[in-house]
Amino acid sequence: MAVPAIELKNITKKFGCIIANNNINLTVNKGEILALLGENGSGKTTLMNIISGIYFPDGGQIFINGKETVIRSPKDSFDCKIGMIHQHFKLVDVFNAAENIILGLDDGKYNLKEATNLIKKICIQYGFDIDPEKKIYDMSVSEKQTVEIIKVLYRGADILILDEPTAVLTPQETQKLFAVLRNMRNDGKSIIIITHKLHEVLSISDKVAVLRKGEYIGTIETKDANESILTEMMVGKKITLNIDRTEPKDTADRLCVKSVSLINRNGVKVLDNIDFTAKSGEILGIAGIAGSGQKELLESIAGLQNVDSGDILYLNPKTGNNESLKGKTPVQIHQLGVRLSFVPEDRLGMGLVGNMDIVDNMMLRSYKKGKSVFLERKDPRKLAHKVIDSLEVATPGASTPVRRLSGGNVQKILVGREIEASPTVLMAAYPVRGLDINSSYMIYNLLNEQKEKGVAVIFVGEDLDVLLDLCDRILVLCGGKVTGILDARKTTKEEIGILMTGKKLKTDDNANGGE
Amino acid sequence: MLWTIVSFIKAAIIQSIPLLFGSTGEIITEKSGNLNLGIPGIMYVGGISGIIGGYIYEHSVLTANPVLCVLISFISSLLGSALMSLIYAFLTQSLKANQNVTGLALTTFGVGVGNFFGGSLLKLFNESGSISLLTTGSAYKAVLPFAHKTGIFGELFLSYGFLAYLAIVISILASIILNKTRVGLNLRAVGESPATADAAGINVIKYKYLSILIGGMTAGLGGLFFVMDYTAGAWTNNGFGDRGWLAIAIVIFALWKPKNAILSSFIFGGLYIVCVYIPGLSSAAKEIIKMLPYLVTIIVLIFISTKNKRENQPPASLGLSYFREER
Repeated sequence: MAVPAIELKNITKKFGCIIANNNINLTVNKGEILALLGENGSGKTTLMNIISGIYFPDGGQIFINGKETVIRSPKDSFDCKIGMIHQHFKLVDVFNAAENIILGLDDGKYNLKEATNLIKKICIQYGFDIDPEKKIYDMSVSEKQTVEIIKVLYRGADILILDEPTAVLTPQETQKLFAVLRNMRNDGKSIIIITHKLHEVLSISDKVAVLRKGEYIGTIETKDANESILTEMMVGKKITLNIDRTEPKDTADRLCVKSVSLINRNGVKVLDNIDFTAKSGEILGIAGIAGSGQKELLESIAGLQNVDSGDILYLNPKTGNNESLKGKTPVQIHQLGVRLSFVPEDRLGMGLVGNMDIVDNMMLRSYKKGKSVFLERKDPRKLAHKVIDSLEVATPGASTPVRRLSGGNVQKILVGREIEASPTVLMAAYPVRGLDINSSYMIYNLLNEQKEKGVAVIFVGEDLDVLLDLCDRILVLCGGKVTGILDARKTTKEEIGILMTGKKLKTDDNANGGE
Repeated sequence: MLWTIVSFIKAAIIQSIPLLFGSTGEIITEKSGNLNLGIPGIMYVGGISGIIGGYIYEHSVLTANPVLCVLISFISSLLGSALMSLIYAFLTQSLKANQNVTGLALTTFGVGVGNFFGGSLLKLFNESGSISLLTTGSAYKAVLPFAHKTGIFGELFLSYGFLAYLAIVISILASIILNKTRVGLNLRAVGESPATADAAGINVIKYKYLSILIGGMTAGLGGLFFVMDYTAGAWTNNGFGDRGWLAIAIVIFALWKPKNAILSSFIFGGLYIVCVYIPGLSSAAKEIIKMLPYLVTIIVLIFISTKNKRENQPPASLGLSYFREER
């Protein structure tokens, strides 16, 4: 007999005039893993923030173990034995693991040693591997996540919420995490996992609840679900999720990166002897754990970083000459047709100015064109409308500040603007981060179109399934080194995962394609 | 020669006490993520509030009781700086005003308040001349009876009023609380990453308010020390000078550690008056030597930003407002 651990009834939350959650109903039983599925902006994170006390709902009731409960603050949430592992880790960088874990606890005593022992016990119980005295800034992403999970277990949480826990993990790390989650479920804990990766939902959960645009669509048993049923629930219509990968044709070398090394201001070698060639009419994928040098590599090519050694050669299709990009300014490189549509973690950080409207953001690329001393807004406005229409950007108008749009729409504008400039090299880093399924596939298809037009596309991605489906070749980075360049049609996720952690592939692994 | 050195060290220590109060107060405030540039103004108000309290008491009784003199001026000084800190806390925390602008405005305001009362206090009581609180001043300067009989040791370590020792006690206490207690851990977390602290169930606004308040009151005592001990109960407009800014510079020099602030304040105090002890300096050379503390601060700033050791960096969310429901 299933006992409900937490029940939500008619939860509603508004931000200004935007309804983030509308009459949501949800039940999670003890010893059960529920996957909360929905596209970005469907209100998953808002709903979980309500349970964890960050937001206060405008309406509805929460029942914990059958009792109606009011959660006003994160502390109330802890008292109900609810623990949330946020997508963006909430850890203090200069503290060590133990200090972070006991942060905010109010048990009267402050004894790090005792806490450390207890942490070690939890680690053994569930199979974690972590040094409690290691500082957070020295940790890998997966270690940080482990600290987050131990943090909630340390508080005795019975209901765990994980917000997109696998977004930053390698396939191997994901398997490890899932094993731990299954241990916890068998221990009688309730787990809510937020994700938009369908295969993960199917492999880990017992039940799936789906949200769409702030509305509750329904809950089904995982054993009755498959990818197409779930997609239909999520998107509201049947869509086909196919990336139409064509064979590259008329490829020619376009960009040669030769033994490039870069040392950052902290004296760390962030790029170590990078060698590769990007070809026209081909999509080169770059895989790697976040912070393995992807950003620095793209910035070096775009002229935003001065490399310390090595050379970057651009084979100009107009003149047929080899030109070294080293020593050229970003503007000169830009004029050659090398486009960086860089979508950093902080979406607005490098590509767009949040307080400016869409038209003005289009102008950031063309402000030098006008002849008059006054700004020429006509063409940028046309371009803005074109991007809005063709990429289905949800915005009240072209004069809305970009900051007010949702993350996905911001990304569409950035990618749209760069593609419109008809580049010869297009670099896109995480262009679909935060986008819903429909828009993601729209972006993939845009990249494919560019490839067919003969553009050399460099695509930095985090979803290995997408990299395998979209790219022609995949370059794997680990700690600033190229650990392998694989044929995307032949390799497997596991092989990429091994290279991402810096291990070498066994030769026979390579021969029979991984598994 | 020996006695010149002893008197220099003693003078440096006396100079360092207001700086130590100010920098410890600012460190407590900054550790919660609030850059309070109003500290110079708060120290000013701490000074004048002590003067006002002491003055009203001395003038309302025939013979002033030294203990009451100290008690009343001490409490009124704390009240004055607490009020100033509350203005800052309310503007920056409840109304989310920009911290730099608020702080600078508060300093201008505090100096104005100090000079206003410094100029008009006597008139309010129909007196003329200048403010001079003899009983209160000498009560603050009181030392142990045998202090001057113990030679160099007594001169160096025992010859100061009680506020000097209080400054050191507060710094050490602040250091212990910040590093060895749960309250300190929570406070540092608030300054590093308020969102993390909030999610961990820490009342961020409460911590910020309290650390602004306690930090401001601590700094205000620096002003009190200056008017009661250093100038022995006499007030001169703008007499406190740029010591408040020096205190903020020490925060950087001390790498946001109250323990380091003790030695840093002594060094800065020494640099502040060393020109008096070097014979035969022209007044231009004196001014150049007075710049030394600021030069040293700039060098330290350059050093810590190139060195980039994580533990020596300012609190990560220093100067930023925290909005919980920001999306």
